[in-house]
Amino acid sequence: MRLTGDVVVVGAGMVGAACALYVARSGLDVIVVDRGPVAGGTTGAGEGNLLVSDKEPGPELDLALLSVRLWAELAEEFGESVEYEAKGGLVVASNPDGLTGLQRLADGQRTAGVVARPVTGDALYDLEPHLAPGLAGAMHYPQDSQVMPALAAAHLLRASGARLLTGRTVTAVARTPEGAVRGVRTDRGDIHAPSVVNATGTWGGELATLAGTHLPVLPRRGFVLVTEPLPRLIRHKVYAADYVADVASDSAALQTSPVVEGTSAGPVLIGASRERVGFDRSFSLPVVRELAAGATRLFPALADVRALRSYVGFRPYLPDHLPAIGPDPRVPGLLHACGHEGAGIGLATGTGHLIAQALTGKTPELSLTPFSPDRFPEPEEVA
Amino acid sequence: MRADLAVIGAGPAGLAATLAAAAQGVRVTLIDSAAEAGGQFYRRPAAALRARRPQALHHQWRTWERLRDGLGTHVESGPVRHLTDHHVWLVERRSTGFTVHALLGPEQRDPAEVRADAVLLATGGYEKVLPFPGWTLPGVIAAGGAQAMLKGGLAVSGRTAVVAGTGPLLLPVAAGLAAAGVEVAALVDSADPLAFVRRSRALVAEPGKVVEGAGYAGRLLRHRVRTLARHTVVEAHGTERLEAVTVAALDRDGRVRPGSGRRIPCDTLAVGHGMLPHTDLAETLGCRLDGLTVHVDDEQRTDVPGVWAAGETTGIGGSALSLAEGHIAGRSAAARLHGTEPDPRAWAAAAKARTRLRAFFAALDTVYAPPAHWTELVTDDTVVCRCEEVTGGTIRAAVAELGARDARTVKLLTRAGMGWCQGRVCGPAVAGLAGCAFTPSRRPFARPVPLGVLARAGEADGD
Repeated sequence: MRLTGDVVVVGAGMVGAACALYVARSGLDVIVVDRGPVAGGTTGAGEGNLLVSDKEPGPELDLALLSVRLWAELAEEFGESVEYEAKGGLVVASNPDGLTGLQRLADGQRTAGVVARPVTGDALYDLEPHLAPGLAGAMHYPQDSQVMPALAAAHLLRASGARLLTGRTVTAVARTPEGAVRGVRTDRGDIHAPSVVNATGTWGGELATLAGTHLPVLPRRGFVLVTEPLPRLIRHKVYAADYVADVASDSAALQTSPVVEGTSAGPVLIGASRERVGFDRSFSLPVVRELAAGATRLFPALADVRALRSYVGFRPYLPDHLPAIGPDPRVPGLLHACGHEGAGIGLATGTGHLIAQALTGKTPELSLTPFSPDRFPEPEEVA
Repeated sequence: MRADLAVIGAGPAGLAATLAAAAQGVRVTLIDSAAEAGGQFYRRPAAALRARRPQALHHQWRTWERLRDGLGTHVESGPVRHLTDHHVWLVERRSTGFTVHALLGPEQRDPAEVRADAVLLATGGYEKVLPFPGWTLPGVIAAGGAQAMLKGGLAVSGRTAVVAGTGPLLLPVAAGLAAAGVEVAALVDSADPLAFVRRSRALVAEPGKVVEGAGYAGRLLRHRVRTLARHTVVEAHGTERLEAVTVAALDRDGRVRPGSGRRIPCDTLAVGHGMLPHTDLAETLGCRLDGLTVHVDDEQRTDVPGVWAAGETTGIGGSALSLAEGHIAGRSAAARLHGTEPDPRAWAAAAKARTRLRAFFAALDTVYAPPAHWTELVTDDTVVCRCEEVTGGTIRAAVAELGARDARTVKLLTRAGMGWCQGRVCGPAVAGLAGCAFTPSRRPFARPVPLGVLARAGEADGD
């Protein structure tokens, strides 16, 4: 069977699924290919955050606001199947200085369209009764939401009607003598299409190389701790103010800042650690210990709650913390939709929407310039 | 106190290893979750029950007495410390040696840590039970659980039992139930144990096992237990609790023969489909696995320096094999802790037994197997994952409609295996329904650990 379509999306994670959905709905014939299963990479190792609260004003926040709006639309269509929950975020400050910093960040975010409400005193404990006593205050972000990422990817893929080819590894990007993309080669046959979308997340650099170009995606490891199922103890996504600084940091060293949230299924999820240690999957007690310590500092009642497991994932990190989205001017027909670091679930809808607009010749809703895939210097040739 | 060697698990392998290492002058800390040494195999009635003849339910009682007395002597004279009621949740590799992290039972709230230069994993195995309609009814118990009740409590609540599934464990379970006064209405095995007799070479090599099996078979005959080979339980019936089972014959391909079903009234169904190794601690340490078992070399060393493994964690093979492997592991660890190259001639007899028994259990494995098409018996409303209450239908939908092709994706999309037991029970069933091979899933914590304990783990005197 000859496989031919309008667009090949490489990657069956959240971003690939959203690209497939929006591109297919714009009338194009989409084939999705992945060497593993659906949601087998970072999507299956994430918490499913749809956040505006942790982003400084700028292009990423604009993309987040667009994405949160699109997620709310999709939530009406997909209902409970993706466990969408507009739970809201609560960023807490332990001291007055932290609170001042939060207020400064929120002022900037508001001008971009973020809803941010200061919470102090007893009101904080009305929102989260189990928070540690004595906190200086918090900022409440009602737009922050959550989905179950693997379910979201699987359901969006199914709804897209795209042909889904899992367990099939892309071995080359086929190009015309002029250099334009004409499909992909896989270990189980060729797939022909004039456009290829690189939605391979943390492995985006490898696919770029197969296409003869360069994208410096690096893995940034994170652990998540999962507790036993609990009755609703924690209502929002709750995190400490220093999380924002950690997200924006360039350090390769370990950073942990507590991020705690309940899920509709019952378990509490605890993040977030960041380290650049390559694709090392081995368990690290020092990291997981920090997560547990941070979570029990925020919610002392969690000390008696049992952790059932932890899992590890690799955020696709680009040096300026912005994803690569849109056509690659160096390789006609190649588009990138990767490098979203820890925000890929949240930013997936906006990304898919922008990719669909790019593929159908529409003016993108947001400028793609900050996300341009060729914004990084070429690696120096090794002599 | 820092130990030279931490042995995890006080069953046959762990006990043999402890004694072998201690005899060579190694300071051993033996860590086990039970209140007394012995593991599952040498499980005995609690002292308070004052059983007169606990050995009636055990063969190899003399071996046990030798191990028990040996342990007692070493504990008394000092080189061995035996930590009971210690539930190990993690073994951590540090720059120098290892830290064994445990929770103190039975509440498992308070932590205990043991530092050691080397670790020997003798964590044993656990029973595999495949789902079928009605398997969650009260009255349906794991075959190994029934045996544990017999050995530990000497009382089984049921009056009429069916023993079903597959594997060599079913024979002693049925014999034990019958001896305890339970009417065993049938022993139902999807395999044909007689087929085993045809594996003459392995049998000739292991006459002791033949005698053992013949002994059970004789006891079953005496108790007039009906054996149904190449049969399977199709469904367990009952409203509040188990009232009956339907069993049916299997055809050559492992499918239920239409019209062969018959109903057997019973209030207890002891069911088991073989054993699986406990490999969580090994995997988190980074030890290589061969399929479902921990990979070891001739000295029972894993591929992680300083970590040995023995007994069922390296392959299901019963107590005699565990004793042999434990002995070899203990001797090897002792030599290497003393900085010398071990001489395999020191354990030649154990090595010979190990070779023979591994061949025997490999032959056994080819005989005992669940019906080839057991997944067809799992109806869409059969609960497969009991912790998260995920049904066969939900799993099939994830496979057919959402593109799940492997157990991990099924888990992500259905929550099957995400609950309290972390897929230890439903793992093989989920893999079967997903149509993929069963592989151990990563479980960084061998058991649930309170966040408050985790937050301070390993903080005490870093070395």
